[in-house]
Amino acid sequence: MALVSPTVRSSTQEQVRQGLTRRDRNVAGLVLQVLLLLAVLTTLLILFTLVIRLVTPAVPVFRERGFGFLTGTIGSDPDKVGIWPGLYGSFFIGLGIVLIGIPLGIAAAIYLEEYAHDSRLNRFIVVNIRNLAGVPAVIYGVLGLTIFVGWLDPITQGKTVIAAALTLAVLVLPIIIITASEAIRAVPQGLRDAGYGVGASRWEVTRDHVLPYAAPGILTGTVLSLARALGEAAPLILIGAITGLLPRTSLDGAFTALPMTIYSWSSKADVPGSVLGFENVAAAAGVVLLLLVLFFNIIAVVLRNKYEKKRTGT
Amino acid sequence: MTTVTDQTTQMRQEIQVSDAAEDHVHETQHPVFEVIDLNVFYGAFLAVKDANLSIRQHEITAFIGPSGCGKTTMLRCFNRMNDFIETARVEGSIKYHGVDLYDPAVNSTEVRRRIGMVFQKPNPFPKSIYDNVAYGPRLSGIKKKGELDEVVERSLKGAALWDEVKDRLKASGLGLSGGQQQRLCIARAIAVDPEVILMDEPCSALDPIATARIEDLMQEIKSKYTIIIVTHNMQQAARVSDRTAFFTTEVNPDSDRRTGRLVEFDRTKKMFSNPNDERTEQYVTGRFG
Repeated sequence: MALVSPTVRSSTQEQVRQGLTRRDRNVAGLVLQVLLLLAVLTTLLILFTLVIRLVTPAVPVFRERGFGFLTGTIGSDPDKVGIWPGLYGSFFIGLGIVLIGIPLGIAAAIYLEEYAHDSRLNRFIVVNIRNLAGVPAVIYGVLGLTIFVGWLDPITQGKTVIAAALTLAVLVLPIIIITASEAIRAVPQGLRDAGYGVGASRWEVTRDHVLPYAAPGILTGTVLSLARALGEAAPLILIGAITGLLPRTSLDGAFTALPMTIYSWSSKADVPGSVLGFENVAAAAGVVLLLLVLFFNIIAVVLRNKYEKKRTGT
Repeated sequence: MTTVTDQTTQMRQEIQVSDAAEDHVHETQHPVFEVIDLNVFYGAFLAVKDANLSIRQHEITAFIGPSGCGKTTMLRCFNRMNDFIETARVEGSIKYHGVDLYDPAVNSTEVRRRIGMVFQKPNPFPKSIYDNVAYGPRLSGIKKKGELDEVVERSLKGAALWDEVKDRLKASGLGLSGGQQQRLCIARAIAVDPEVILMDEPCSALDPIATARIEDLMQEIKSKYTIIIVTHNMQQAARVSDRTAFFTTEVNPDSDRRTGRLVEFDRTKKMFSNPNDERTEQYVTGRFG
């Protein structure tokens, strides 16, 4: 006996078709999508304007001066100035953060996440660290002036690049602690259990499993904080970075940094008869600072991808 | 009434205890662990109350019971994994060859070198298969490549994984299937040559074929190790274990959380055919839990 396939009643078919093809609820979603797109476009527009605004006046500087702009020193003639003292200061500030801020911050995060008990005191400490991350940079300048320029004068020799490096290392410390803590907290408990299960000690588990797994997150946070510190000018003004002539770059004497150089040039009047204005050199210094920060961000992305590949086993 | 009895009989027949496993049960086997009046707390909450039992050498002991009955909590007391839960506290004692594991002089890291663990979810390190197995031995100070190679091969063979991975020891352990990953974890556990292996629902994330492989493996390695397994699967307890402990939950008068109680502990065959306690009978026949 042949199987008779049941036929669909045409009224049911029409009803189902209507139900399946209606789109009236999509309108609200579409409006939201457009708004979201507008938000993205606005951001892009601002970024684009910034780049144009910075690069256009900077181009003649790089064309006229070339490498001379990087190796020249601060002065009163915009045709002859260079950013060497700023680069020098920023380099040692960066080094200070890498040598002091990052290790200290990661160590504190390891302690808080892996060793500290969940006591009232420790919760109080964590809350305070979170608050510190929100303290304005100028306040850190006051702190640096008191502690690193004042109290620690025998070590820092007063208003030097060493005091600046220490101040900015302290500035980024809470940010590093928070990002590193979050990366460590995201390590699956199963991974720690696996280490403990074969008789590894707490330190061995932290060193061999927790830190490698958390490395991408820690790296991203630390490199971004480094980039942020390199762009800070406010605390440097307070601890006495030089905006005028700086005949000699040294660790134990007067200092400046890239953002300070930009700040001082942007407020200077043009010199009559010179080809380039201070506006041009300020923009060119800004481009160099942006490229520097971009360079660090690229490093962060590359390192993160490398470690992430390792931990997913692909 | 008769229908219920019929059902019970039928279920008993379905849950068959292997006689081969039963042959290994010797009453004279000396105990590896003696649990004496054990109470486990999480903060003020009593999670396991008044447990007493002893684990015999070269036997497989199964802990069964409904969710929240404290079987995993209890298992993690045997190698002090509960140390990492801040609020966890233990009263009473667990003696390991007569030594109290919770004596302040005892180093918990040394405890875990002797009493290994396999977890519910396979958790290989994000490293190569070789490094997964070699990790424990390296911590114990084995540095020479030849020696490590030997331990890795022996452990992977012991975990019945060698033939499947011998050509890709440098590949990531995370690239293996779930069942292979769990056998890798067993290989990692036996690589440090422990005396006891604790297994916390080792097959709950695996398919039936992978489960069967792990169960066969347990039978193969039990002559060398003492195994305690927590399982949700009664058939598994009946198939693999020599002795079974049945836990249940008891309502607390002063809180809505339930306290785990050890109801009955006996040879597996007896537990599944003629248990002393009515609650055990009801659980193993599938009428509760």
